[in-house]
Amino acid sequence: MVESIVEEPLITGDKTPADVTRDVCRPLEGKPTRLWYVGFLLALSTLALGGAAVAYQIKTGIGTWGLNRTVGWGFDITNFVFWVGIGHAGTLISAVLLLFRQKWRTSINRSAEAMTIFAVCCAGIYPLIHMGRPWLCYWVFPYPNTRGPLWVNFRSALLWDVFAIGTYFTISLVFWYIGMVPDLATIRDRATGLKKKIFNFFSLGWRGTARTWSRYETACVLLAALATPLVVSVHSVVSMDFATAVIPGWHTTVFPPYFVIGAVFSGFAMVLTLMIVARKVMRFENYITMKHIHAMCKVLVFTGSIVALAYLTEAFTAWYSGSKYEQFVFLNRMFGPMAWSYWIMVSCNVIAPQLLWIRKIRHSLPAIFVLSIVVNIGMWFERFVIIVTSLHRDFLPSSWSDYVPTLIEFGSLIFGFGLFFTLFLLFCRFLPMIAMSEIKTVLPKRERKQSVDHGEAA
Amino acid sequence: MKHHCYIGFFEDEHELLSAVGVCRERGIPIVDVVSPFPVHGLDDALGIRPSRLPWVTLFGGAAGLSLGLWFQYWSTAENFPIDVGGKPWDSYPAFVPVAFELTILFAGLSTAFALFVRSFLWPGKKTAPGLEVTTDHRHALILEQRDARFTDSELEQLLHEHGADEIRQEYGDMS
Repeated sequence: MVESIVEEPLITGDKTPADVTRDVCRPLEGKPTRLWYVGFLLALSTLALGGAAVAYQIKTGIGTWGLNRTVGWGFDITNFVFWVGIGHAGTLISAVLLLFRQKWRTSINRSAEAMTIFAVCCAGIYPLIHMGRPWLCYWVFPYPNTRGPLWVNFRSALLWDVFAIGTYFTISLVFWYIGMVPDLATIRDRATGLKKKIFNFFSLGWRGTARTWSRYETACVLLAALATPLVVSVHSVVSMDFATAVIPGWHTTVFPPYFVIGAVFSGFAMVLTLMIVARKVMRFENYITMKHIHAMCKVLVFTGSIVALAYLTEAFTAWYSGSKYEQFVFLNRMFGPMAWSYWIMVSCNVIAPQLLWIRKIRHSLPAIFVLSIVVNIGMWFERFVIIVTSLHRDFLPSSWSDYVPTLIEFGSLIFGFGLFFTLFLLFCRFLPMIAMSEIKTVLPKRERKQSVDHGEAA
Repeated sequence: MKHHCYIGFFEDEHELLSAVGVCRERGIPIVDVVSPFPVHGLDDALGIRPSRLPWVTLFGGAAGLSLGLWFQYWSTAENFPIDVGGKPWDSYPAFVPVAFELTILFAGLSTAFALFVRSFLWPGKKTAPGLEVTTDHRHALILEQRDARFTDSELEQLLHEHGADEIRQEYGDMS
């Protein structure tokens, strides 16, 4: 690896490979901190509260939500799109940045990928409970049946979603697991008793021979190359749930790129939120340095600007199309009864991230933390605006309607957050949060023990 | 197969690389090199050919693509045709997303499966004790002593000269 004398090293604190193993394994080997317990209890209670709301809704029916005949999609689909989007940053960090050989990804790729998997889990919950009869969810798969066999409708964007999200979850999980096998072996070799047995099972007898490493690296690049178009396809397909409909405000060709970049934007905001807390709580300041935080801030301001461009493009196209229905939807979004949600979206997603141009803000962790949460809120509202404001005033003024979410819907909203943070905190506690074997390859060069020049092996 | 092996443990990957180079030069059989992380340049030093995994990915992807296209056509146009908005039975553009996702799914899963099979990795596989340190911070260079040209002390000295900080003799299966 070529090292610059000007740039700061990726990993600070003069770490050796042995230090990396010790530091990363520490949270798994000792007792968790009090902060972890507080966070876990909080997440678990949120999950329980949300779980109660979801259970009540499944038992009673979709009528417990504030949806009506005009607004058929509300909180639920907003949550679905929000969580799928969160996942995208993880794949971007683990796959796209691997292909571009961005070495700074090594500190955060493991936890970002974990975030992807948990976010997709959360996303999957919402269409499931929206079915009303979630025990019949297997109907979305094309399986031989006695009704014909009657197959699923392959021409429907909703079915494409099933395949896109299913593939995304599977491939992300496989990629995450393969990346973790060498680290699981490290833990196996340090552990004793039952823990050794468990990690021995999951580390697949990994030894790290030269041939295995060679094959392993090839497999990682291949999976990254597969995950890259996959991640673009997933949110494109999600956007087609809307774009293939004829509803003004949904029926636009800009949707796929607009959704993908919005997903990356919101995902990076979530990575920042998590990493700023995790590096402090898990004492990983030497591994997730300010350099990493800055890099993510830059991605945030870049993707945020593209999101702003997408909003402008949408509005311009509505005006330029000459379609009065399209124009009405946009005027209604900006100045109608739900204009507040539109302006929350604009201030959180367009204006707020631009503050990151200011050096002082980019260097203040509390400021970045607050901004990352603001962006998350903004991106949730983006999906809310797209879904609800396009629906609530449709072609027939006689069927215009308001949408007021019920408490049960708020319950299902926090269910996602409870599930996400519970899973993430468990991950921090039981699995290596930082990819040790990858970090060990990007450590700054140490002083050689001998003065003999062995030649530059880089 | 039983071996009589010398294992040299290295802290520094550059010293490991130079030791590997010398062993190859002098024709000392290297059983294996075990590392805690992928060492840049080790493939070339050991003469490991590039993996053929990309072929598995290609065939897996091709299988997924053909299966996806064929199944969608068969179920929608042949087995139980249903008129959806007057679209043609074989509405291929609508089949693209699912066919694409299946391509990725099959390619990815077959790559992962091939990696595990080819590297003899399976859940619960037992590992021989003695090399625990190689998943932490040390590299192990395992040399085989089967040639009368190299005496034990020669091998030991060679490993020492190249910076091995621990040398062990092992009799047994070192795979």
